[in-house]
Amino acid sequence: MITDDLIIIVPEIILALFAMLALVGAVYTRKDAIGPLLTWVSAGLLALMGVWIAVNGDGDNTAFNGMFVDDGFARFAKVVVLISAAAVLAMSQDYMKQRGLLRFEYPLLVVLAVVGMMVMVSAGDLMALYMGLELQSLSLYVIASLRRDSVKSTEAGMKYFVLGALSSGLLLYGASLVYGFAGTTQFAGIILAAGEGQTSLGLLFGLTFVVAGLAFKVSAVPFHMWTPDVYEGAPTPITAFFATAPKMAAMGLFARVVHDAFGGVVADWQQILALLSLLSMFLGAVAAIGQKNIKRLMAYSSIAHMGYALMGLAAGTAFGVQAMLIYMAIYVTMNVGTFAFILTLSRDGQPVASIDALNMYSKREPGKALAVLVLMFSLAGVPPLVGFFGKFYVLRAAYDAGLAWLAIAGVVASVIGAFYYLRIVFYVYFGDEVEDLDTDRNPVLFGFLMSSAALIALAWFPGLNLLGLEAMALSAAEALLN
Amino acid sequence: MKQMIGLEHYLVVAATLFVIGIFGLFLNRKNVIILLMSIELMLLAVNINLVAFSSFLGDLVGQVFTLFVLTVAAAEAAIGLAILVSFFRNRGTIAVEDVSVMKG
Repeated sequence: MITDDLIIIVPEIILALFAMLALVGAVYTRKDAIGPLLTWVSAGLLALMGVWIAVNGDGDNTAFNGMFVDDGFARFAKVVVLISAAAVLAMSQDYMKQRGLLRFEYPLLVVLAVVGMMVMVSAGDLMALYMGLELQSLSLYVIASLRRDSVKSTEAGMKYFVLGALSSGLLLYGASLVYGFAGTTQFAGIILAAGEGQTSLGLLFGLTFVVAGLAFKVSAVPFHMWTPDVYEGAPTPITAFFATAPKMAAMGLFARVVHDAFGGVVADWQQILALLSLLSMFLGAVAAIGQKNIKRLMAYSSIAHMGYALMGLAAGTAFGVQAMLIYMAIYVTMNVGTFAFILTLSRDGQPVASIDALNMYSKREPGKALAVLVLMFSLAGVPPLVGFFGKFYVLRAAYDAGLAWLAIAGVVASVIGAFYYLRIVFYVYFGDEVEDLDTDRNPVLFGFLMSSAALIALAWFPGLNLLGLEAMALSAAEALLN
Repeated sequence: MKQMIGLEHYLVVAATLFVIGIFGLFLNRKNVIILLMSIELMLLAVNINLVAFSSFLGDLVGQVFTLFVLTVAAAEAAIGLAILVSFFRNRGTIAVEDVSVMKG
């Protein structure tokens, strides 16, 4: 019955309807005056959906003949996506308003992108995969160039669009080959055609193209060239959004494709993923060293982090998927906090992105400086902070799966990468005197920065046990692999 | 003997178009509009692939997929042109080599 199918996708329907009705409503009423209100309403609705899915979701359901899968894995990814998107919307309010960017389209495009991400992580069919991915990407192209009067922002949107469209083309070409050689677009059918020992060359070709397209979306080396430019050019709250929700969604989609559709040929994609992971970790660690712009630095940092998440995926086991999910959840938490901090940086009302401006920050804002210290140490993977546990899980997953060389390379890359995180801490506590930054008294940003830093600093305590993250990720991973 | 046109011929045409599209993206140094045309060419190559497979397999799903791809390609072109227009307003040029304010 169609009703049973519709009940499964109620969260997506609610968000899509909300976005479309609000769009029409805003055009016919007060246009941009309604922007701030819509931002709060959208953030609230996204958070509400996240809580609803977390509380209400149960069991393995499929809708529309297997095209849409609602299992524990999809729900885990959706909750992370929804909560982080809500957090970013709440954080962006002041920044966007001060710069006249809080148009009513902004929150609605974010909501539409989130709907795309929810379809992505629930895809059970190449068509659902493509439609979800494109809904997400098209919304992101537009919000990257939201600042229409800025050369940098439009250039960021342009670069993102051209390279994103190229990656969609690669993915689609792969999907067409997979369809042709498997005879079906459903993941459940593809996994039968792509069993061990009888996989046709055409299918492997298709798999390679699909993986290349997905690697673009998670910004893994050598498909990362858009990331630094887009991060630098886009307005900072939008950069914060790019660094969190879409990364989780793309990794979720990646895991779904390689396990649900190509779970029978682990050895074939394992080597590709291991190579992507190795290159991402090292390029992210080395290229960030020369960066003076903190947004560009965070772009290389996210490339390196995607390398670690891919290491978990490359293990090809349930434990690997669990490690990847834990890593991504921790990564998103750290990035929300870090971008809450970056959003507070301004001088004479203009946003500041140069890391030199952080010199002696601790003198003026000791509390925030401590939070930054915690976040940077955690991003670098210093024990006992939570970021270390994320790295520990993926390294163990890779080691258990016989990829000891990759795990060792990961440790080396994280030592190299620690340099630029610690340099930020150095500037904050010891640098030279410079012209003061504006004191920012935004309670929302302060709250997100402090609560994220508190989570990172405290959640590893034995009694708290990462707040049950391990068990949730485990059940999600088991749902994916069964 | 006259040779029939089979699946392989369609796949070769599609692969050729796809490669032309990719080359158009990377070799073109002149105009961003040509990038948009190259992207469109890649998507159309995929459509040929899908329709050829659909007819070969006797399975309609490929043709449904093609319709989705066509729709998305239209939306993609609209958004690409919109971004191009706002870029042109800021920079006064649409040459590919001028899309280079940010580097490193």
